[in-house]
Amino acid sequence: MADLSVKICGVTLNNPLIAASGTFGFGHEYGELYPLSTLGGISCKGITLLPRLGNPPPRIAEGKDGILNSVGLQNPGVDHFINDDLPWLMRQNTAVIANIAGNTVEEYCQMAERLDDSGVDMIEMNISCPNVKHGGVAFGTSCESVGNITKQVRAHCKKPLIVKLSPNVSDIAEIAKSAEAQGADAVSLINTLTGMRIDIETARPILRNNTGGMSGPAVFPVAVRMVWQVKNAVSIPVIGMGGISSWQDAAEMLIAGADALQIGTVLFNDPYAPIKICKGLNDFLDKKGYKSVSELTATIKPW
Amino acid sequence: MKKYDVHMLELVEKSEIAKNIFDFKLKNAQIAKITEPGQFLHIAVPGMVLRRPISVCDVTDDCIRIVFRIKGDGTRRLSEAKKGDMLDVLGPLGNGFDIEKGKTYAFVGGGIGVPPMLYSAKRAEKAYAVLGFANKDAAILCGDFKEAGCELFIATEDGSFGVRGFVTEPLENIIDRVDGVCACGPIPMLKAVAELCRKNGKPCQVSLEERMGCGIGACLVCACKTHGENGDEYKHVCKNGPVFNAEEVAWNG
Repeated sequence: MADLSVKICGVTLNNPLIAASGTFGFGHEYGELYPLSTLGGISCKGITLLPRLGNPPPRIAEGKDGILNSVGLQNPGVDHFINDDLPWLMRQNTAVIANIAGNTVEEYCQMAERLDDSGVDMIEMNISCPNVKHGGVAFGTSCESVGNITKQVRAHCKKPLIVKLSPNVSDIAEIAKSAEAQGADAVSLINTLTGMRIDIETARPILRNNTGGMSGPAVFPVAVRMVWQVKNAVSIPVIGMGGISSWQDAAEMLIAGADALQIGTVLFNDPYAPIKICKGLNDFLDKKGYKSVSELTATIKPW
Repeated sequence: MKKYDVHMLELVEKSEIAKNIFDFKLKNAQIAKITEPGQFLHIAVPGMVLRRPISVCDVTDDCIRIVFRIKGDGTRRLSEAKKGDMLDVLGPLGNGFDIEKGKTYAFVGGGIGVPPMLYSAKRAEKAYAVLGFANKDAAILCGDFKEAGCELFIATEDGSFGVRGFVTEPLENIIDRVDGVCACGPIPMLKAVAELCRKNGKPCQVSLEERMGCGIGACLVCACKTHGENGDEYKHVCKNGPVFNAEEVAWNG
């Protein structure tokens, strides 16, 4: 029995698996199936300062080994989250990560300030949502803007601050360095890759938003590469995600350099994936003679 | 017992009841026992990232019956399942039709919207079934509704079976006799049925469809615009539906 717990920015997680933002709501629905302490943490649905309706449907399309979504940050707003969702979440014995998104830097700062006084364990700053017109990924695609927003939000927030990075950039390692230089406690990656599907009969995009964010097994190799590059560039913890759907994928992502993991799309097919992945990881660690899952992190031997 | 869970269901009977329309009988006493009319099953299909939401057509003893049409790769692969195969099912999901005791209902189905009406009709004290199809060859389950004791009205677009035209015509003729209407089918049909009910002061419940992700209300993709207390909002077909009060639906959303 290896020790599956990991410590990220001073917060101990039951295991390295965190539910990825946008795939798990605020936990209630999957909580019907198993105790949420099954997970190391939950990165909650992305919240904004005010409630957001989200984009018109269809909001999901499928590709080979992947999906596209264009939800557009539908959420009840930060106050609703703090007052109505957080108290219940805090009783679930799992780390609670608030995921924030804004139209302006000021909105991010205001949300960070409010959450700083709440019971959340960490704040994940989403500067990589591809599905909103203002803000979102616009903050996440240049070193300058990532550095600027990180610096400003940092000044409003004492809680551990994770910056969630977009893969839709030319050099993700440079972006990660900017976040680290301006005070990020960790980075998480990758958010979705921008994609598109078209119905050939009608010539209409499947998504009403035309484009959406791609996730699922198809993006896994891209995510592994980026996690490896970022791990080599920064010394803060790296939370790896992107298409993890088995314990083997989880092990691979850890070996590439992840200190913790997020899983999302796999849940839609197999809600019980976290339990299976933890069991598989544990057996693998035992077989390899590791005492703790953290010993696996960044053990890659590159050519 | 959990409200919904992943269950393994054995495919015990399978037939193609019309071109590209399949009828599956799935065995698992545990899930059959708790499944309500109008709910759906979220079925994993080998090789696909997403499950496929299929409405419940009927429940008998320890079996759930589903009837679905091949629409794309997922439903095609599902149709290739063999007798004896175990299907990985998340369910039962969603809120079904609210059928009150002692009341008379019209169950209106259009095309592949017909199957979910069968189990629902069986719940009603007295039921009229108003079924619409493109043509005679596409007609399904008419015998089942008769067997269930429904008074049956059929409309086809080309007049090859029943009356020529849409379900709204036969529905209009009987709407005075019912306390409420339940409907499932294409959006233009649902809109017309809802309008007819509104004019006649009859409550109308509609079962909606949308491209779906998790199936349980966590991912928020299967959005449906509804009139809320504070203006229009997006509810979700999987968790808030698939059955909605027709008055709540923003049809032009």
